[in-house]
Amino acid sequence: MKKKMLIAGAITLSVFGTTVAQAARDYIEIVGSSTVYPFATVVAEQFGKSTSYKTPKIESTGSGGGFKLFCGGVGVEYPDITNASRAIKKSEIERCAAAGVKDIVEVKIGYDGIVLATSKAKPALQLSEKDIFMALAKEVPTADGNLIANPYKTWKDVNPALPNTKIEVLGPPPTSGTRDAFVELAMEGGAKKFDSLAELKKADEKAFVKVAHTLREDGAYIEAGENDNLIVQKLQANPDAVGIFGFSFLDQNSDIVQGSFINGQEPTFDAIADGSYPVSRPLFFYVKKAHVDVIPGMKEYLGEFTSEKSWGPEGYLADKGMIPMPDAERKEYAATVKSLKTL
Amino acid sequence: MSTQTENNMEQNQNTFGVISKGLKKRYRAEKIFKSLGFSAVLLTIAFIVFLFTSICFNGYSAFSQAKIALSVSLDADKFQNENIADANFPGIIKDSLQQMFPEVKSRNDKKLLYALISQNAAFTLQEKIERDPSLIGTNPTIWVLANDDVDMYLKGRIDMTTAESDRRIKDKQVQWLDQLKRNGQLKTVFNTTFFTSGDSREPELAGILGAAKGSLYTLLITLALSFPIGVAAAIYLEEFAPKNIWTDIIEVNINNLAAVPSIIFGLLGLAIFINFWGVPRSTPLAGGLVLTLMTLPTIIIAGRASLKSVPPSIREAALGVGASKVQTVFHHVLPLAMPGMLTGTIIGMAQALGETAPLLMIGMIAFIVDIPGSVTDPSTVLPVQIYLWADSPERAFTEKTSAAIMVLLAFLIFMNAAAVYLRKKFEIKW
Repeated sequence: MKKKMLIAGAITLSVFGTTVAQAARDYIEIVGSSTVYPFATVVAEQFGKSTSYKTPKIESTGSGGGFKLFCGGVGVEYPDITNASRAIKKSEIERCAAAGVKDIVEVKIGYDGIVLATSKAKPALQLSEKDIFMALAKEVPTADGNLIANPYKTWKDVNPALPNTKIEVLGPPPTSGTRDAFVELAMEGGAKKFDSLAELKKADEKAFVKVAHTLREDGAYIEAGENDNLIVQKLQANPDAVGIFGFSFLDQNSDIVQGSFINGQEPTFDAIADGSYPVSRPLFFYVKKAHVDVIPGMKEYLGEFTSEKSWGPEGYLADKGMIPMPDAERKEYAATVKSLKTL
Repeated sequence: MSTQTENNMEQNQNTFGVISKGLKKRYRAEKIFKSLGFSAVLLTIAFIVFLFTSICFNGYSAFSQAKIALSVSLDADKFQNENIADANFPGIIKDSLQQMFPEVKSRNDKKLLYALISQNAAFTLQEKIERDPSLIGTNPTIWVLANDDVDMYLKGRIDMTTAESDRRIKDKQVQWLDQLKRNGQLKTVFNTTFFTSGDSREPELAGILGAAKGSLYTLLITLALSFPIGVAAAIYLEEFAPKNIWTDIIEVNINNLAAVPSIIFGLLGLAIFINFWGVPRSTPLAGGLVLTLMTLPTIIIAGRASLKSVPPSIREAALGVGASKVQTVFHHVLPLAMPGMLTGTIIGMAQALGETAPLLMIGMIAFIVDIPGSVTDPSTVLPVQIYLWADSPERAFTEKTSAAIMVLLAFLIFMNAAAVYLRKKFEIKW
């Protein structure tokens, strides 16, 4: 019995010995944003089916987590591409460079709108950025400019034109890129509408960001986890609640939920594409140039992603809810990919 | 004498009085306790029934899938190129839809028409022709998968009472589907794709096989490592190790490890196996190693407990007839302890099967289409697949999620039933 165990142990050890020296990888490794994930996976699947290359492996790690892995170094054990729902930060470029990742190609792929959705059982909310800030900020300024803990209980308290229902907003947790974009675009946009805060921004940017980016913690804003499907289901169950998620979820569930108007704009495909809907953000991916000639299929994958049939206005990514870029921008980034122009 | 008996009797009567006074209270307490226990069991059963019915209700429809018949014309002039793959397969599919509904003219309506069938139809056609090139020049009828929205509509999961603009299925499409149904060109079949393919972003193409194979490879690695190591550790600690402070420390540590949150093992695996040893990310090998760490304490503890339950008389008898310590353990004690050890191992394995948190750190939460062929191919596992589908925006993934949960539950029930069977079969009563 023990002999058998020893043999089994020896075999397993020898198996490790052979695999520890990782051979050349024959599939593309992609990490990064969970917002880009649903789009990148469609491209990867299409690429795997229509070419002889293996289907790329895509991990959903969040934008920040993706950059961390991506900037680990050059070599087959590090990812080739990272997706991001925001542009790369200076600190991340520096970290990359320190690990030897010097040539990075930035590719913008399209836009994503963030919607504040409600159940279809009630009429759509007519919000402004100022309303959103007043409803959700932890601290709001009074008429004389002092900051007080948010006293508003109902939407009517915020704006008399809004219905008299309790403020109850289901949204993403702080680890989410959607949350980052929401506070940056909607909350900051609303905060700037207050004179006292606009002055604060000029005087002390950091203090302003703290006020604008801090969501209230008294139960009016509920962190509903990263699962946007769950938020949709909760909205269906509770017609007074408001949910925050990406446009693609609204697009797929338009028979259950509706997007609230922001500054009089409804979150529609066209309104986000032409920029009139205020809460939208660009999506990117970043390519390690040193890997392009090492990993088989990299050029073809990039070609597939930047082809009109995928990211064009009639492409399959648009069907999945991604908002395409204007023609000129698409042309520009297609050229960037062709020439592999680095940052 | 007589006064004493009288006194005794009086005392007895007093005691009896006290007892009978409290008796009612005691009976009542017993009744309350019993009914509390009973209602606890009832409540548990109610929760389980609720959970199972809601999962089954959401998931049963995932096992069927709508298909649409297309009669495609494969004229030889469409295959001028020597390479079959160069032909315009999406075009052929669109032409055949166009032929079936010649009244559809406007660009928007055409788009709606093409949306009835899965994007995969062109690939299905291509595969068919590559397998049988003699089809070129004929007009075969092929069954292709319906689009996921159509499938959802046919399963009654789309609310058709809302305004047309808010639905993913339009009135025109409903008309076309009715026409197809009348002509017998629409049928619902058992969803074999679900059991034969890997993950996909198109719900109608998504399958569980990739994740199931990933789970299998991961568990094989886990079993191959944790069972021998765990059993050897349990035997040494229980039968051979001296009782001193060091073995006490080891024992406390093993018990502690069993209670460590599993994500910690993932972090450890990331640092040691992937970053230091260079085991490839997202593979069953890395997953199996991490889950080995997680299941080892369970197996060691269960192993030691079952060794302990072997009566000392067995050891003494073996030693008494001249067996060595090793012979005693391997010929007599271990066979008797094996059923308990197997039960512990299977429970550990079932735990490992349902684990996602540690796999997050080693990259097994990933989109992987290709079905893994070995332990070093990137793959995902069943619970991770459930997590990924639960987070997908398409409506049809809701039922896939529940169906995948049903598959996972079937696996778990099977493993636990095996544990019970083994215990019953090999159990020895003293």
